Amino acid sequence: MSAFSAISEDIEHDRNEYTPGVEPQPTWCPGCGDFGVLKALKGAAAELGLSPEEMLVCTGIGCSGKLNSYFESYGFHTIHGRSLPIARAAKLANPGLTVVAAGGDGDGYGIGGNHFSHSARENHDMTYIVFNNEIFGLTKGQTSPTSPKGHKSKTQPHGSAKDPIRPLSQSLTAGASYIARTAAVNPNQAKDIIVEAIEHDGFSHIDFLTQCPTWNKDAKQYVPYIDINDSEDYEFDRTNRAEASEMMYETETVLHEGTVLTGRYYVDEERPSYGQEKRAIGEMPEEPLAERYFDDDHEWDRVYDTFLDRHK
Amino acid sequence: MTTDELIWRIAGGSGDGIASTSQNFAKALMRSGLDVFTHRHYPSRIRGGHTYTEVRVSADPIRSRGDGYNFLLALGDSFARNPQENAYYGNEEVKPLSENLDDLDDGGVIVYDSGLLDTDDIPDFDQRVEEHGWHVYDIDLRTIAREHGREVMRNTAGVAVTCAIAGIEPEVIKSLMDDTMPEKVFEPNMSVFDDAYGVVTEEYDADAPDISIPSGSHDEEQVLISGSDAIAYGALDEGCRFIAGYPMTPWTEVFTIMSQNLPEVGGISEQVEDEIAAAALAIGASHAGVKAMSGSSGGGFALMSEPLGLAEMTETPVVLIEAMRAGPSTGMPTKTEQGDLEHVLYTSQGDSHRVVFAPADAEEAYRQTRRAFQIAYEYQIPSIVLYDQKNGGELQNVPASVFDEAPNPDLGSVITEAELADAPHDPSGKYNRFQHGVEDNVSPRSIPGQEGGRYLATGNEHMPAGHISESPDNRVNQVNRRMSKMETIRAELDADGGQRNFHHGPADADYGILTFGSQQGTAVEAVDRLNDEGESVKLLGVSELAPYPVEEVTGFIESVNEVLVVEMNASAQFRGLTQKELGRFGDKLSSLLKYNGNPFEPAEIVEGFVTSIVEDGRLPGHETKFVPAAGD
Repeated sequence: MSAFSAISEDIEHDRNEYTPGVEPQPTWCPGCGDFGVLKALKGAAAELGLSPEEMLVCTGIGCSGKLNSYFESYGFHTIHGRSLPIARAAKLANPGLTVVAAGGDGDGYGIGGNHFSHSARENHDMTYIVFNNEIFGLTKGQTSPTSPKGHKSKTQPHGSAKDPIRPLSQSLTAGASYIARTAAVNPNQAKDIIVEAIEHDGFSHIDFLTQCPTWNKDAKQYVPYIDINDSEDYEFDRTNRAEASEMMYETETVLHEGTVLTGRYYVDEERPSYGQEKRAIGEMPEEPLAERYFDDDHEWDRVYDTFLDRHK
Repeated sequence: MTTDELIWRIAGGSGDGIASTSQNFAKALMRSGLDVFTHRHYPSRIRGGHTYTEVRVSADPIRSRGDGYNFLLALGDSFARNPQENAYYGNEEVKPLSENLDDLDDGGVIVYDSGLLDTDDIPDFDQRVEEHGWHVYDIDLRTIAREHGREVMRNTAGVAVTCAIAGIEPEVIKSLMDDTMPEKVFEPNMSVFDDAYGVVTEEYDADAPDISIPSGSHDEEQVLISGSDAIAYGALDEGCRFIAGYPMTPWTEVFTIMSQNLPEVGGISEQVEDEIAAAALAIGASHAGVKAMSGSSGGGFALMSEPLGLAEMTETPVVLIEAMRAGPSTGMPTKTEQGDLEHVLYTSQGDSHRVVFAPADAEEAYRQTRRAFQIAYEYQIPSIVLYDQKNGGELQNVPASVFDEAPNPDLGSVITEAELADAPHDPSGKYNRFQHGVEDNVSPRSIPGQEGGRYLATGNEHMPAGHISESPDNRVNQVNRRMSKMETIRAELDADGGQRNFHHGPADADYGILTFGSQQGTAVEAVDRLNDEGESVKLLGVSELAPYPVEEVTGFIESVNEVLVVEMNASAQFRGLTQKELGRFGDKLSSLLKYNGNPFEPAEIVEGFVTSIVEDGRLPGHETKFVPAAGD
């Protein structure tokens, strides 16, 4: 018998269940794109029939880090840039959990960039949502890793001399097996993409364009957007790495020319998730480790009987 | 020349198999009934560079390296650099011989591989041999090895020569080699052994040195174990089934042992991108209901500062291991020091509250790592096991029965789904996981996936259900609750029974020596010698550093006239901690410090005590340093 019945029980859930009864009112600014992520995630969780208590939502620091304050589930609001290592360990400890990590573009592509690369490389079975508003919002408007070249801010008074990060291309190179971009202004597509990302067995990366009406007034509100999977102007095979790569490069380039492209860019259904790989080489148990601590019948090995002979 | 014990030093180059040969040698002698203790010296290089291991062998219990040594087996450095004239690193090829002469006792034995080493390269060699009465055996070990097998078997030839001279029964060594080597390697090694043994008995005077191996016997079965082994085994017996790490000397040993053993017991080891991730993974796994650990050495531990604070704030149990080496920065990667004490006590922003144990040796390492897990999971607090290159790598024999203990997979203070049904929740249905006014101020945690247990863990200050809050009232309540756990833990440790730390020597002694962690065994030997020489000294070796054993240390200091604090760093960190915790005794505590990368020898503590405390004189060399008490 499982010690975690929220995981094993099959109950239908309403999207309202994901709205906390206390402090349900987000502190984000009016018009903030973060509302779009929250709404899409609630819609996706309901559609998937997930129990609030089989989900663990790990966030970083910044406006995006408040996501799990306004979403009813188990939550871990971590430290700046470190949502991924905490999230992926929780998944290894209890693969029954549905694990979602989220953070901003500074959190994920800047300070946490190392974890982003390696989590994608390892293909953990989890979803990573990056709130990309091309700015540091909560600290009041500094240039971020995705800010366009020439972007002026208090910390870059002469405009940024740096080209922005190419998050989709980087994700593909690193090894993510599901990569998409969506936008807060496109809630239906966003919800559908989150559903697919959670269902995908591997590392799903969603670059989520979230407009910051307060600190990034110059930026477009990401409208009008084009769904590349629906548009006849963009024909490509999203299961083909080379074609996906080209599509990503174009998307990242034209964003700063005023064209907002969104959609699914890359899907690899063949690649085993990290948990599968690790089990295949005998370095991860078949049963969730977390269950073992609640199983009174489990016989725990002790060193005296297992490893001590080699020292005699 | 002491004849009641053998201190055998095998020296060569990195990559020449010095560690494995010495380990087998030590284990063979342990099996024969003797007590053994090893000391390692090695460079931060893969191939080449002078390295040695000392094996101290005695019929009596030993807990330290000795003073100097009496038997040198100098092999060549197979990977030595070819020096240009005036190269600052000198002629590496002869270092296994030349570098070890200063510490060799008068009347000692030198065996060197004349196939690789030429004493003409060593200034005044013959003169020094005569002066010190050394017995020299120049034997072409390389050629013997080549004749019967491969060149690497010269280590076996060297061990055979050692046996012939020191009077060790060949069977003692051979049976161990039989156990550890595959047959096709074992056979040629036996030929090498017999040939080399024969060369000594037939062509040399093996009885010339006044040295003979003592004989001994053990009352019960022994195991040869290092501090690193013991830490890993403590973790495994405590039900730890998850480790995350990144390689760094000397912490890598614990990480390696865990990584090799965990899959066999259905656990998970993760080598990750950096130490920030490593600590964060351990926290993530623990949060999800698995007993987890991480660790590093100083530099990597610095990267763990922020996750460490997160564990304190979110009350996530985790055990972190810190293996000290000489700092600051990269320092001396393979040399020992106790300079990270303040680092582990205070690193990370805000008011720190964490448990720190500094075990002295393998047995304490096993027990205290287990205790560290128990406290971490019972009190939802990070526990740190602080050790160093010295006691991590020292091998010593310990009764196997030390490990004959029941496993303890208890997750500590957690709530079950059945209990959650009646537990307090906030109006939105979140479980009040961070409640005030609960027993011992520890609020049982729920585990993700449990029905009715959802809450928010956050590094921000938070309300009972986890909501972020900056309310002053709530803030004070939460800080008080978290910090109070340190007092509760201190009380629990004290309740375990009287003196928790290690006391040695006459209770009514006039003087005290106070030390912490890995120096304990050496200090024991020094205290015994001082008392034998008519001084009146006792020892307190502290291994519980946070929460600090205030009463126990106060009682010790009050009972003597003066205390010498012995530690391996340059800024007297342990003395500083003691004065801070006790709030007095500044005029009663002086320091004996060593920070040249090598651990204290017992004689250095004896000399430090006699010269500085008894005679009020000055220490002659600069190997150790005396810092007087305030106002002295």
